[in-house]
Amino acid sequence: MGKIYKHHLFWPLSVLAALLLFNLFYSPDFFSITMHDGHLYGSLIDILNFGAPLILVAIGMTLVVATKGIDLSVGSIVAISGAIACLTISKGADQNVMGLILTSVLIAVGLSLFLGAWNGLLVSVGGIQPIIATLILMVAGRGIAQLVTGGQIITVTSAKYAYLGSGSLATLPFSIFVVAAVLVIALLLTRKTALGLFIESVGCNPSASLMSGIRANGVILSVYVFCGLCAGIAGLLLSSNVSSADGNNAGLWYELDAILAVVIGGTSLNGGRFYLTGTVIGALIIQTLTTTIYMIGVPPEITLVVKAFVVLAVCLIQSDSFWAVFASRWKTRHYPGEKEGIHHVS
Amino acid sequence: MKRFGRMGAMFALTLSMVMLGACGNNNTGNTATTGNQATEAPAVANAGNTKEAKDITLGFSQVGAESGWRSANTKSIQDSAKETGYTLKFSDAQQKQENQIKAIRSFIQQKVDVIAFSPVVESGWDTVLKEAKDAGIPVVLTDRAVDSKDTSLYITFLGSDFVEEGRKAGQWLSDQYKDASEDINIVELQGTTGSAPANDRMEGFAEVIKTNPHLKVIASQTGDFTRAKGKEVMQAFLKAHKDIDVLYAHNDDMALGAIQAIEAAGLKPGEDIKIISVDAVKDGMQAASEGKINFIVECNPMLGPQLMEIVQNVVDGKSVEARIVTEESTFTSEQAKEALPSRPY
Repeated sequence: MGKIYKHHLFWPLSVLAALLLFNLFYSPDFFSITMHDGHLYGSLIDILNFGAPLILVAIGMTLVVATKGIDLSVGSIVAISGAIACLTISKGADQNVMGLILTSVLIAVGLSLFLGAWNGLLVSVGGIQPIIATLILMVAGRGIAQLVTGGQIITVTSAKYAYLGSGSLATLPFSIFVVAAVLVIALLLTRKTALGLFIESVGCNPSASLMSGIRANGVILSVYVFCGLCAGIAGLLLSSNVSSADGNNAGLWYELDAILAVVIGGTSLNGGRFYLTGTVIGALIIQTLTTTIYMIGVPPEITLVVKAFVVLAVCLIQSDSFWAVFASRWKTRHYPGEKEGIHHVS
Repeated sequence: MKRFGRMGAMFALTLSMVMLGACGNNNTGNTATTGNQATEAPAVANAGNTKEAKDITLGFSQVGAESGWRSANTKSIQDSAKETGYTLKFSDAQQKQENQIKAIRSFIQQKVDVIAFSPVVESGWDTVLKEAKDAGIPVVLTDRAVDSKDTSLYITFLGSDFVEEGRKAGQWLSDQYKDASEDINIVELQGTTGSAPANDRMEGFAEVIKTNPHLKVIASQTGDFTRAKGKEVMQAFLKAHKDIDVLYAHNDDMALGAIQAIEAAGLKPGEDIKIISVDAVKDGMQAASEGKINFIVECNPMLGPQLMEIVQNVVDGKSVEARIVTEESTFTSEQAKEALPSRPY
């Protein structure tokens, strides 16, 4: 029993369960899933579909955070990727030609790889603090996205492109499969090869890792490239979901939601150990919370406050120091040495 | 090395001071000449027209480019400034009030002739508007109002009457369902929380539908004026409420997002769920002409020509009315089909 409690997924999963339980009592319809023209339809499916881009971005962010870095530019990369894809498609004579869709997707993915590499180079070779290095692209990226779209919302009428974000495969939204594929690749690469260990060691101590023969710069560069790729794919999903690219609002504040998902998932911002599955649960918690707020009709003025309180609760539950305070209060006997230990930690 | 750094800093400081001084001189020189012109002009030329069009500088701070409407608005202002020959200093606030305040301050420093802006939110403008007033630069509000008590802070407010737009939307709905015997369930997609169009369109709509006890708003949530949010919120609405009859969206983009959600739910937008929207941008009119939006209240973005007229009047010292309302109409599906080919935006 104690072991389950200690497991890193215990708290994220119980928070998610608590949210779902709340919905079960408050609006039982939440769990109803029906068939609609050959695909499943219900709130849970919506959460997976709308949560897909966030999960993707958060997966990339997890690896960056594991190297003691942070990527603030993901929201902007989301916007750029969606914008360039929609622009390419809207320029085509026939928007439903498969070649055109593939080209646009490839251009968008290529561009996001490049932007990721730009971040990675600034951090690894340039030696700039990650928060500053990525802040550059966060600010400039929005501008680039607006340049690409010309300040307009680009609407595309391509059914094939819309399939990416709102189509369904085997009764489930296609985006879920994209997320699953990326997650499996990330898990295999980090858990079945030494790469995961490299990332963790670089996150703990870059110089020590370098001394022991790990190319720290290479590892750092690769996680930023991967993060850029994830954000780029998320941008494609988001823009295809509404069949339009909005340079201004697409992926706005995504970086913050993604960082939140990573932290809820149990990965420390101090680098080192990381939990990809925890991150996925974290992102699902955020999306479930959003959907719940819409469904129970929280007035828009206090929506953000409600969100903040839930997030605060989630973070406090997971904080060891927070529990330690309670534990010491409940305990009847206090040892001076123990007390010192607690103070030292906090 | 260290010494060099300090020397460098000193040098830079001195240089910047010299340059600032120069700028200051330059500017005072400019204002002096314009001042002279202003005083001399009435004696020499006929009254009023003291400034050539090319001498007039207009500082304009736009909200952002969040929707097709906004882009059309920006284009209209840029085009008509070019036409009249005014120098336009354009600044995009990207939906952030602090950016807009910064832009207005920089306009004040640049000593533009007139400042025009569309406030991102309603409140918090007193300080910066006071600065403009102290600098003697007239301010014109476009499209959105501020809730400042001191109306002397700005010359005029040019824009749509959002409350009236809400009323028009409510009136159409009221007329449609005046013989209704059972409750009509309405869901509302609000604009950005706290923005004037969201507050006013909600108010005007609520005011009119109050007269019909069968019209009930069962859910109201913000969609931030964007398609993605509109779709997401509408999907949640559709799950939470099984019997939605009418959707009232505060702009076309949210309605377009919601249409996708309604279609995904296997319902027919415009038939199973009646849709009312505000703005009448191209994509919205397109949807209306296909019968997916039943009624659009126009919110005219072509403020450019009217704004330039106001600027000219203000510079000439003529009095300007404190509230100027843009001309606007409404479209049903049939009217949208007719009007679509001739729409400029």
